Amino acid sequence: MSPLLSVRNLRVSFPTRSGTFDAVRGVSFDLGRERLGVVGESGSGKSMTGRAILGLVRPPGRVTADRMELDGQPILNLPERQMRALRGARISMVMQDPKFSLNPVMTIGRQITEGYRLHTRTTPQAARDKALEMLRAVQIRDPERVFDAYPHEVSGGMGQRIMIAMMLAPDPEILIADEPTSALDVSVRNEVLRIMDKLVRDRGMGLIFISHDLNLVAEFCDRVLIMYAGRVVEELPAHDLKNARHPYTQGLLNSLPRLDHPVERLSVLQRQDSWRDEEIATPFPGGL
Amino acid sequence: MSQTDTASGGGQGLPPANTPPANTPPKAEAPSHRGARLRRRARSLGGLVLSLALTLLGLLLITFIIGRVMPIDPVLKVVGERATQAQYDAAYQAMGLDKPIWQQFLRYVSEVLRGDFGRSISTGHPVSEDLKRVFPATVELATLGTLIGVCVGVPLGVIAAARRGGWIDQIARVLALVGYSMPIFWLGLMGLLLFYGILGWIGGPGRQGIIYDGMVPTVTGMILIDSLIAGDWGAFRDAFSHIVLPASLLGYFSLAYISRMTRSFMLEQLSSEYVTTARVKGLSEARVVWGHAFRNILVPLITVIALSFGGLLEGSVLTEIVFSWPGIGQYITKALLAGDMNAVLGGTVLVGACFVGLNLISDLLYRVLDPRAS
Ligand SMILES: Nc1ncnc2c1ncn2[C@@H]1O[C@H](COP(=O)(O)OP(=O)(O)OP(=O)(O)O)[C@@H](O)[C@H]1O
Ligand SMILES: [Mg+2]
Repeated sequence: MSPLLSVRNLRVSFPTRSGTFDAVRGVSFDLGRERLGVVGESGSGKSMTGRAILGLVRPPGRVTADRMELDGQPILNLPERQMRALRGARISMVMQDPKFSLNPVMTIGRQITEGYRLHTRTTPQAARDKALEMLRAVQIRDPERVFDAYPHEVSGGMGQRIMIAMMLAPDPEILIADEPTSALDVSVRNEVLRIMDKLVRDRGMGLIFISHDLNLVAEFCDRVLIMYAGRVVEELPAHDLKNARHPYTQGLLNSLPRLDHPVERLSVLQRQDSWRDEEIATPFPGGL
Repeated sequence: MSQTDTASGGGQGLPPANTPPANTPPKAEAPSHRGARLRRRARSLGGLVLSLALTLLGLLLITFIIGRVMPIDPVLKVVGERATQAQYDAAYQAMGLDKPIWQQFLRYVSEVLRGDFGRSISTGHPVSEDLKRVFPATVELATLGTLIGVCVGVPLGVIAAARRGGWIDQIARVLALVGYSMPIFWLGLMGLLLFYGILGWIGGPGRQGIIYDGMVPTVTGMILIDSLIAGDWGAFRDAFSHIVLPASLLGYFSLAYISRMTRSFMLEQLSSEYVTTARVKGLSEARVVWGHAFRNILVPLITVIALSFGGLLEGSVLTEIVFSWPGIGQYITKALLAGDMNAVLGGTVLVGACFVGLNLISDLLYRVLDPRAS
């Protein structure tokens, strides 16, 4: 069976005054109906990978890849019109901070129905019903009231659940969640994640979960990609993180606090230049 | 605010309407809170009106003080150079100048409120009558100019931002640069020379041709509107052919300003996260730009437009002189040169009041357009 999404040798580069800067340098992975975690430090190219898949890298940024296929269909550098038909409808994205990712001057109801109506061409009434259903699905108790509210009238945790409702309404096959909880209060983080996780699994979607937080990724994902400086340095099952072989992953793990094995001081990750470019044990031996 | 917000409503959905968490306003108003919301609105509106009244009073205080400190003897202007001491004293008392200064101010305020700015010594008419004549001419020109500036400048600025670096952006940049650096009287003279002198496409200086002068009964004082009310198409066409060039020039200058401001407001919005959200949803770029980003710049944009309109209401003296346009800019300038303080201060108060009024309007629109305002 062909994977939902297949990416080979993805590169994203930006021209700068001192030559081109490669934000993503040859990322390859397959995504099935599973939850794939992407972990890496700030600037390692996680968000750029997500945006490249959605065709949202704005010029002068350039995206190239040997292959980028959705359900076997090439989607790399599609004409804008065809890309728009994919966005929202088949691949969607939830971003970091609902305070900024919801339009402040538009009611929540309109923001939810807008995308749904675009892709399904239903009546306003049907769209409204769908929006209320989605709000209920993300466990918002008073959907009618929230439907007519503005983003500043809801809390951060609710805002992020609204984002999830909005992005899942047109029934996409893939959801990219780009640090969906790092702007949220710790107390609501898990709740939001559980709601997202349940919806994604019930619908048999593919999830790309981008995060800084190895623990979170280990808990909510099936498989993890570790990124460093624009490349995937290691890929392994989430339950197998302890057995990571790459020194960067081991470093990340060692710098996490642990309850079962408390230490006086957490170790600080020592980066090595060789990680940037050395050949890694590729998850796709024999080339692709 | 974000801390309490996140903590209060986050996990449990909306807090029940009747038990808002301590000292955080309830999220998403329940119907029962609508009354409170209205009351809050009314109170803030009351505050707005009060602050406007104070602003106007401040304006009057300033014009009053200017009137007193000017090295121009108001009595002498009235009685003339050759008056006797007795005549002078009588006028001095009649004008209330022997009273304490605060009484003089109160008298001034009550006169202004009644629309009495005294008599202009250069025209011999009451200043209020003069203003009624000259101000509509300026309003007509400023309105048309602003209309052009908005109708062209706003779309130009939006498109320039949406296609940053594209050819429309380049054209907008050049247009604005020329607009900022070209002296308006020179453009005006060249325009007159070309379109009136050589091509004969438009009417010359002044508001009307000689045949139509005084033919349309004055209702608003704006000839375009008055001729429409009278149903006189000939007069309308004539007035239009006179106003089109000066209005286009003013429109061009306000366009230069408005398009630049629009562009920078739009660039800021287009780089924000909710715009990415809109793109992720699969919306067309036009809907992203106009339906999402543009709606978010309306508030600052209205302020910019109001400011630019206010600037034109002051009367662009140079334009009025080049086009012999009998507006308030010319009126105040002439009065100033003649030492005609009543006319100067009356005009200043009127223009100042217009600014205050425009401020009020943009404030009210802000409350309507931004859901976060109340
Ligand atoms: N428009 C741009 N021009 C040049 N470089 C850019 C541009 N946008 C992003 N980059 C660079 O691309 C790199 C990868 O960025 P990206 O946002 O993907 O990082 P990230 O892994 O998501 O980091 P974070 O965890 O901080 O979100 C960064 O070094 C960033 O500076
Ligand atoms: Mg990121």
